[in-house]
Amino acid sequence: MSLRSNILDLRKRKLEVQKGGGDEAIEKQAQMGKLTARERILAILDEDSFHEYDLFVEHMARDFGMETKVLHGDGVVIGTGTIYNKPVCIFAQDFTVAGGSLGQMHARKITKIMDHALKMRVPLIGINDSGGARIQEGVNSLAGYGEIFFRNTLASGVIPQISVILGPCAGGAVYSPALTDFVFVVENISKMFITGPSVIKSVLGEDISMEELGGARVHAEVTGNAHFYAMSEVECFDQIKKLMTYLPWNNSEKAQAFPPKPPKKGLKIEKLVPGDPRIPYDMREIIKSLTDGSEFLEIMEHFAPNIIIGFGRLDGETVGFVANQPLVLAGVLDTDSSDKAARFIRYCDAFNIPIATLEDLPGYLPGVDQEHAGVIRHGAKILYAYSEATVPKVTVILRKAYGGGYIAMNSRHLRADFVFAWPNAEIAVMGPEGAANIVFRKEIMEAEDPEAMRQQKIQEYKEKFANPYVAAAKGYIDEVIEPADTRHRILHGLKVSKNKSVFLPNKKHGIPPF
Amino acid sequence: MAEKKEEIQKEYLIVQGAKYETTLTNKFRNRKVWQPHNPNLISSFIPGTVIDVMVKTGQKVKAGETIMVLEAMKMHNNVLMPMDGEIVKIHVKADDIVPKNQVMIEIKPFHGKIK
Repeated sequence: MSLRSNILDLRKRKLEVQKGGGDEAIEKQAQMGKLTARERILAILDEDSFHEYDLFVEHMARDFGMETKVLHGDGVVIGTGTIYNKPVCIFAQDFTVAGGSLGQMHARKITKIMDHALKMRVPLIGINDSGGARIQEGVNSLAGYGEIFFRNTLASGVIPQISVILGPCAGGAVYSPALTDFVFVVENISKMFITGPSVIKSVLGEDISMEELGGARVHAEVTGNAHFYAMSEVECFDQIKKLMTYLPWNNSEKAQAFPPKPPKKGLKIEKLVPGDPRIPYDMREIIKSLTDGSEFLEIMEHFAPNIIIGFGRLDGETVGFVANQPLVLAGVLDTDSSDKAARFIRYCDAFNIPIATLEDLPGYLPGVDQEHAGVIRHGAKILYAYSEATVPKVTVILRKAYGGGYIAMNSRHLRADFVFAWPNAEIAVMGPEGAANIVFRKEIMEAEDPEAMRQQKIQEYKEKFANPYVAAAKGYIDEVIEPADTRHRILHGLKVSKNKSVFLPNKKHGIPPF
Repeated sequence: MAEKKEEIQKEYLIVQGAKYETTLTNKFRNRKVWQPHNPNLISSFIPGTVIDVMVKTGQKVKAGETIMVLEAMKMHNNVLMPMDGEIVKIHVKADDIVPKNQVMIEIKPFHGKIK
């Protein structure tokens, strides 16, 4: 055979394999509103940048009649490419090939590209669309999952790991996404659960649909397993690309700087915040009044919305924002919001992203359900995360900073680099109402008109303690600032902290209250 | 582009005596209200299938005796009488599938000799 005919043969082979499960299966995939594995990769990566490996890999199942079956690429596509001209590793499970089921070689392809990503220190994007373990391959399939989870853990905090759920992701398969940094889901397409509706019904008698059990909305809103929620695959890919612009490529780099932009005019910070600390406002507006171009990429928008986390830029540099949201549950800390913020703080710390904290909260959420859900250990996570973080940390107290909430939200005592407060800030062990009831209990009880006395004492307490100057007198607050200076002061604080170096006691690792 | 500001539906949350205007989440609204434990109700501690009920209404049973068997997670779990008492009402029969925390048997304490 001549070289020419060899080349033609190669092309023919490639075309054959690239069809995955064949036209019929591809048609079925399209009917479900889903793109194919290769289409998805091409949609995420820069044009013409994708290079595939292990195209001709074959499965190793030799039982149950599998030995005669051909599974193209063993149901997964792996390769490298670029996003905005920067290299990434990527894999996509191909549902058209045996339902994207995970067998030994399928897993080996995934671990190959994971090893490469970790070695080359580039982000890893995984697209999940799989019916689960390939039953015919038995324990080899389980071994494959284990090898993937192990690598997810090794790579955690070294390279950004992104999971995109674009189909079913059930049983053990869900743990790889759970170990990665950001999980993307799409309405109607993504499904994640450990045990499916049919098992739940047969064992437990509970009747629930797949969508209600582990659909996109559920994971975005109730479980907190998903970080980004989109209405379509195309919107999802845009979200991924947008997120990537904020991230460094690995833990020894900084995120790429963009040309500085001022925030949009018209967002006047001092006009957005009501003076009465009991009246709500949308904290997202405040963040947008501070960031370059008023752009803010919110993460976990629908889960525990009483705290806001996400990325913005100040003078072109990525900053992680953590902010209480008075619009929802008065901005309290609770089990979910503590979890959400703590993980994000650790992400920022691992990837050299400075943290700006905007504080306005009445404390922790009271309630039997909260106490029994373990608000003590969950709440402790946020203390742990802030204390441990060595990236530059700046805090601005907008209105309320009471009790445990004051300590938790990156206070001086947890080694914030700069803590600022607005002149109307109330920094106290608790709100005036609660404090007056305790401190002046006797006076109120013995008064002729207890309610009038209560109001008088609340007012008294407010004047004496509910201000920033008591904390400023002790140096817990570095400066009481005018609201209009907020962006400038955060920016300056982060700029002068650029070469921050902190030495922590030598240890293998801490034991955070997981 | 003029963005429409959504009207905030006023709801309130009281934290340490102060009443805050805010909105509530579905998770908060749907939270379980805590109820004290009623020792006279035998409830399923785990979802499962009833294998056998060994007692009858009106029967007096000594503490520690098996009154029913509940299969859950592939295990036969003996449900024991928590105190000397009388069976008041039985809500389940063999082969019933019960969710978690369903009342299966009602009892009441009995002071006196049980044969």
